[in-house]
Amino acid sequence: MGITQILFWFLSVLALISAILVVVSKNPVHSVLWLILVFFAISGHYILLNAQFLAIVNLIVYAGAIMVLFLFVFMLMNLNADTEPQKNKWLKIAGVIASGSLLLVLVAALKNADMKSRLAEMGGGNIGLIHNLGLALFNDYVIPFEISSVLFLSAMVGVVVIGKKE
Amino acid sequence: MPINYYIFLAVALFCIGVAGVLTRRNAIIIFMCVELMLNAVNLLLVAFSKMHLHDLASANPAAGIDGQLFVFFIMVVAAAEVSVGLAIIVMMYRNTHSTDVNFLNRLKH
Repeated sequence: MGITQILFWFLSVLALISAILVVVSKNPVHSVLWLILVFFAISGHYILLNAQFLAIVNLIVYAGAIMVLFLFVFMLMNLNADTEPQKNKWLKIAGVIASGSLLLVLVAALKNADMKSRLAEMGGGNIGLIHNLGLALFNDYVIPFEISSVLFLSAMVGVVVIGKKE
Repeated sequence: MPINYYIFLAVALFCIGVAGVLTRRNAIIIFMCVELMLNAVNLLLVAFSKMHLHDLASANPAAGIDGQLFVFFIMVVAAAEVSVGLAIIVMMYRNTHSTDVNFLNRLKH
């Protein structure tokens, strides 16, 4: 078992445990911190797959910007474990059973898929480097790139309109 | 690594996200669980892109680069979505002084 395998299992276990803790923590701020840990684990997976640009963008955009936005909103609203909304116990059990059934169905469907010999290349390959991604982005994907800038502009205008006090 | 390890990891993360959306009542936690599901899909897309590179690298050295660009665009859309969604949640908090999604059942009656 090489260092890559050990890192893969470590990051997978870290991601799964932190994801479960995101769902079960009572305090919303703890949830945000566990979610940041999930994003770090997923970034580690990207680095193992040699997708370095996506690893850095994941850290900067998700763990850096989006999670700070969540934390700001939590602190603005002064939410803590005491203000957690009351919830129905049966609704909780039904939710867990429903998602467990989804997991069961997906695993049962994919268990016998003929993919035992297909490997995801670790370490090798340079398509994840910023040079190649930039070339593909500005040659084949220029139109979606420009449209996403319009999307950002409209999102910004929408946020200002929604957040404005009338 | 064999691709099915990545598939099962992403499926497990996605189902944890689904469980969070179904069980929690706090609108912001539901939002965070949606982010978790998006990240599970991103991880799977990157793993599949590297799988295609492994299979087709001799014919096409840039095989599988589309998967990574899709992940990039998913991140772009997620950032826009989070900003609008959090604005809506702040607006809702200003009106109801709570982030409980059960207060949002007015459309029913």
